[in-house]
Amino acid sequence: MHGPGRQGETHVRLEGVTKVFRGLGRGRPDVHALGPIDLDLAKGEFFAVVGPSGCGKSTLLEVLAGLATVTEGTATFEGRPIKGEVPDGVGVVFQEDACFPWLTVAENIGFGLRETSLPAGEVEARVRRAVATMGLDGFAGAYPSQLSGGMRQRVCIARTLVLQPRLILLDEPFGALDQQTRLLMGEELLKLWRETGATVFLITHALDEAAMLADRIGVMSARPGRLLEIIETGWPADRDSRIIEESAFGAITAKLWRHLRAESLKVLGKGTDAA
Amino acid sequence: MKYASLVRLVIIVGLIGLIEVMCRTGVITRFTMQPPTLILRDLADILVSGRYNAAIAKTLTNSAIAFVSAVVVGVAAGVVIHGVKLLREALEPLFATYYAIPVLAFYPLLIILFGIGDAPQIMIGFMLGVVAVIVNTLNGIDRVPRVLMKTARIARLSRAATARRITLPYAIPFVLTGVKLALAYSLIGVIGSEFIMSTGGMGFEISFAYNNFDNATMYPLIVLVLFTAIGLNMIVRRWERLVLGRRGMQ
Ligand SMILES: Nc1ncnc2c1ncn2[C@@H]1O[C@H](COP(=O)(O)OP(=O)(O)OP(=O)(O)O)[C@@H](O)[C@H]1O
Ligand SMILES: [Mg+2]
Repeated sequence: MHGPGRQGETHVRLEGVTKVFRGLGRGRPDVHALGPIDLDLAKGEFFAVVGPSGCGKSTLLEVLAGLATVTEGTATFEGRPIKGEVPDGVGVVFQEDACFPWLTVAENIGFGLRETSLPAGEVEARVRRAVATMGLDGFAGAYPSQLSGGMRQRVCIARTLVLQPRLILLDEPFGALDQQTRLLMGEELLKLWRETGATVFLITHALDEAAMLADRIGVMSARPGRLLEIIETGWPADRDSRIIEESAFGAITAKLWRHLRAESLKVLGKGTDAA
Repeated sequence: MKYASLVRLVIIVGLIGLIEVMCRTGVITRFTMQPPTLILRDLADILVSGRYNAAIAKTLTNSAIAFVSAVVVGVAAGVVIHGVKLLREALEPLFATYYAIPVLAFYPLLIILFGIGDAPQIMIGFMLGVVAVIVNTLNGIDRVPRVLMKTARIARLSRAATARRITLPYAIPFVLTGVKLALAYSLIGVIGSEFIMSTGGMGFEISFAYNNFDNATMYPLIVLVLFTAIGLNMIVRRWERLVLGRRGMQ
């Protein structure tokens, strides 16, 4: 184990987690979206998930967040089962734009903080820091409609991070960003992860992002999504985007692609090379 | 857009000018209508003298009560009906046919129920408006993106807090469509019922003046009703533009 997660205390545990969406009405088939999946996340580790489109990554995240119930198996967070109830201490950044269009950037970021018992001054200070960290200076009073897609996504990331969750779930959070911003935002995320010691579960479709950010990378199969392999990156905790120059980085990305190519071909209905 | 408002202004001023000319040249007789300039002068007279202040106050107060309660009850009912699927399935067809019913026809019944005070008039204005608010609130809540509802659950908001902090704010542009209708309907309902059976209010005074061939009172009061409705509508539209502008929906 590397990074802050090396103590090895289990933070999240998935055992035989399976999700089947029941077909609505007669003649509609059930969709076996996910699993069975067994996975332990150590406290403070950075775990990334890659997998072909539609393989159940978002479904897995919703199970972890307590937004979706499992069909079979159990999911536990900090020793307590997650049963379709959102546990305290979990923060989520969704794949879709989740900004509130009627609130300014600052109000969006402070949304969850207002529910807490923090004094107003502390709320304001945290929001101001998040605005700066996310590169949104000068836009605190702007409305989401005045921002680009990437900026809106950064607002959503900030809104989650200011709450300092112990488990951070991110569903392709940098999908709307350009490559440069994506790498730099990745660095910010690493910095926050080091500072807070939170456990991070990151879904991404960018192999280099997974290879650069994570302690471990789970590769998922085509639907129904299972974990094909878990790759340990072995990076030190104080890494940043400059590790992409290292030869180990290329090896990890290549390994990820070897797995994913076959799975992605299946999704596209092209079979495997062998077939 | 600027150009269109100019054209609109020219059309309106032109039509009023035309009526003015027709009145002045006798095409429209004095028994039928006063020239618009005279109507405005008489209106100024009426407002300065304060002769109809009581009637104006009564109508505006009753309309305001009808309007505010239609909005408050309509929004609250919309939230509740949205939350209870069975209730919604039961009521939705009724909402769809609601405006086929001439509510004013029930006025005598309301008088029997509520007596001849202001209550029946307020009730008519309220009944006309409330369903428009409910229907538009439902429409707005339906459109809340799923990801925002998930965000509410992640923030562990209660049902009431979800409605207050997420669902309703999202729905406001749609609710405002209902609010505009409720505004118009509350005036129609109140003034309309003052016409039928009442002993005061602008509707009553207009019909009283009509029965006495008192054009010098009737037309200015009609114009006052017109100005009031347009003015109030403009206030709501300004608010609507602000809300839509922020969301980039214009
Ligand atoms: N509410 C639902 N009802 C029925 N089927 C669903 C539902 N949500 C997801 N699915 C199905 O489950 C499967 C997995 O969906 P999911 O969104 O988890 O995939 P994903 O890996 O996140 O895909 P992507 O990379 O495109 O975001 C898909 O086949 C999808 O059609
Ligand atoms: Mg997804």
